[in-house]
Amino acid sequence: MTAVRRTLAALSQYPSAVAGLAIIAAMVLFSIYIVIAIPYSEAIDLWRGGEGVWLENPRTAQPKWVNLFPGVNLPETVILGPAGESDDASVQKERQVVSEEMTDVITTFTFDYTADEFPQEISLFLTSEHEQKRPLVSLTWLTPDGREIRIADVTVEGPVTVRFSQEEKLERRLDGVRAEIGLFADPASDEKDPRPLKGTYRLVAAGLVFEDDADVDARLVVYGKVYGLAGTDHLRRDLMLALMWGMPVALAFGLLAAVGTSVSTFIVAAIGVWFGGIVDAAIQRITEVNLILPVLPILIMVGLFYSRSIWVMLGVLIALSVFSSGIKTSRAIFLQIKESPYFEAARAYGAGNFRIIFLYLIPRLIPTLVPGFVVAIPSFVFVEATLAVLNLGDPLLPTWGKVLSDARVNDALYQGNYYWVLEPAALLLISGLGFSMVGFALDRVFNPRLRDL
Amino acid sequence: MTDAALPLRPDAASVERPESQSTLTRVVHYTGMRMIAMLITILIGVYLTIIIANMGGHVDNIRKGYIRETVAIATGQSEEFRNMTAEERREHIDKLVALQEKRMGLDQPFLLRSFRFLWGAMTLDLGWADNMSSDSGSRQVRNIILERLPATLLLFSTSFFMLFFVGIFVALYLSRNYGSRLDRLIIGLAPTSAAPSWFYGLFFILLFAALLGWFPFGGLVSAPPPESIINYALSVLNHMVLPVIAIFFSAIFLGIYGWRTFFLIFSNEDYVDMARAKGLSDRVVERRYIMRPTMPSIVTGLALSIIGLWFGSIVLETIFNWPGLGRLFYLASNIFETSVIVGSTVIYAYLLGITVFFLDIVYALIDPRVKVGGNPGGQV
Repeated sequence: MTAVRRTLAALSQYPSAVAGLAIIAAMVLFSIYIVIAIPYSEAIDLWRGGEGVWLENPRTAQPKWVNLFPGVNLPETVILGPAGESDDASVQKERQVVSEEMTDVITTFTFDYTADEFPQEISLFLTSEHEQKRPLVSLTWLTPDGREIRIADVTVEGPVTVRFSQEEKLERRLDGVRAEIGLFADPASDEKDPRPLKGTYRLVAAGLVFEDDADVDARLVVYGKVYGLAGTDHLRRDLMLALMWGMPVALAFGLLAAVGTSVSTFIVAAIGVWFGGIVDAAIQRITEVNLILPVLPILIMVGLFYSRSIWVMLGVLIALSVFSSGIKTSRAIFLQIKESPYFEAARAYGAGNFRIIFLYLIPRLIPTLVPGFVVAIPSFVFVEATLAVLNLGDPLLPTWGKVLSDARVNDALYQGNYYWVLEPAALLLISGLGFSMVGFALDRVFNPRLRDL
Repeated sequence: MTDAALPLRPDAASVERPESQSTLTRVVHYTGMRMIAMLITILIGVYLTIIIANMGGHVDNIRKGYIRETVAIATGQSEEFRNMTAEERREHIDKLVALQEKRMGLDQPFLLRSFRFLWGAMTLDLGWADNMSSDSGSRQVRNIILERLPATLLLFSTSFFMLFFVGIFVALYLSRNYGSRLDRLIIGLAPTSAAPSWFYGLFFILLFAALLGWFPFGGLVSAPPPESIINYALSVLNHMVLPVIAIFFSAIFLGIYGWRTFFLIFSNEDYVDMARAKGLSDRVVERRYIMRPTMPSIVTGLALSIIGLWFGSIVLETIFNWPGLGRLFYLASNIFETSVIVGSTVIYAYLLGITVFFLDIVYALIDPRVKVGGNPGGQV
């Protein structure tokens, strides 16, 4: 314990190490929180949920904070209804008896629109309760300047989704302009470069029902162009989920891989040095072969042919790294220490080979293991991201690499969806820097030759 | 981290040899020994690759596909079989395939077969691709791969030489101006090398291609390719800038950090003080007394970083749409083209082996203890 305290005291001399430790601590705390708040299975369900779960999110929407930039005023998503679920004044529903057999169920949606750009799309989700005769709903759009535009007439059978941009008659009525533009455009603005008209819009859904206790409910979603703190991807998923869950995954992967490779390498080096002779020579030759083994291609082959699970990849990665170049470094130090007289003492009292290796040889050198181990963590985090970018990410888990991969496949950079790349990249970079800043400082603490430099 | 591991120690040549042997014999002997050692190493590496790949019987499928294709072509071209019905012809082909599989030894135990495929892999007889072909139309995996190799070599040799010379130069400069503001800045930047080259590639694309529009998003040349050779070369250069900078940026700071530290450690040695006391100029001291003993470690450190670069190339080339080996590997893995995947892996093993071999020779030439060249001067 005193050794740990002394190390920490030495580390506090380096501002970069303090910053790095702060980053690591924050990441660990946040990971614990997120794993408790959104359990593993729930995260996977949400991420794999497809469009059903995220139906009311816009596609590839930027994060909300882009509106803080000067001159940017993108619309947020407006979700209204169904009436009765919220006692919001913006949704009003009334029943008017037209005749003995017919009743009008009129739902009026009212909302303010102040953004400088057009919404992404408009959808109306209709549900009905009826026995035989299907209700008929006619939709009318009322603009702030008093124009009235008929949208469509819909027969409601089960849940029906009216996507305004797919109503052909409406598009013809709007002279071939897409619905979300035509319905919001300011008639005074240039036709080639239309501007949205700001003000209060209303949508009237007048449902004609033919049975006494029949009813129609409607929910209006005007999809905006910003969403949440992180934005959404091409499947409307909230990127926040992947960014948050990516953190424990990255930490676990990096940590386990670094522990696995450095400890196994260390043990192999110690065994080689202790036994010497043929064992040592064999380990050296294996290391040389291992050096030219194409690790990443083999990982990719394993991912393609056998399993893409992140934990299988982890195992293969560790197995391929046991005989890595680190053996040579450790070996040099072990060779120096092997001559210490206390090994002779241990042998004199009859200690076995493995007792000496694991109780006397390895513990002496654990401090030299630490810096390399800490520096290795971010490189393994990036290995996960690399695999994900190659479409070999874990099929279930949301990770930073998978977000990057999705962004790349959907040409995010080309189409200007920079947030999609920048958010996971920033997180990867920050976590990588955190670990390597601590690792570099540790290297200087444990490596006296570097301390004066 | 800084005491870079030596990948290969010059065992054979480090032993003192009698003076009577001529320099040439020693060089040839050493090179020959290293080459044999490297061939054995590659052999083992490729064999491991085959075993991993064939755990699910995939290599067998490649070979069977190859046999079927050759037999089908031979049957289709032959006059004798013109009059057969489709049914008869299929039966005939099946029979020939079974015969051929027996002849090729596919009914033999796996151990024997794996050695057959090993031979094929070592001689670059890598089989045929099902769904991919080279730009010249060949479906032979060897042609597909060899066609892509120059692009990869161009990209990586450029980056490598930039890294080496800029790195050494800056590291020397910093070790001379130890503690200066630039020194501290570059040391502070060293942790950025934790991220691989493709990662910085993304940022550079965003900045220089998407926002500023100075360089293209990716590719090898503009489409359509320019007619004249000069314009073609210029176009390639233009497309190369971003990926090269990405590779350079991802490795340079860590390299400078390591090398600078080496130079500093060695410039504290007593013999350096002695040389300075003798009144030798700084340049001579640097070249003969600091660079010379540090060079071997620098070269081996570089060997490791090049190996890292090779692997980074798969994603980097994919990100930049660079039509090299890495992108080929990515495309093949997307459409599950087994023969190309295994073939590329074999080529990667070869590339790594050759890299290590060359660096080994360079190592032997510059390590004062090895003295293969037998040149006592301080040439570096």
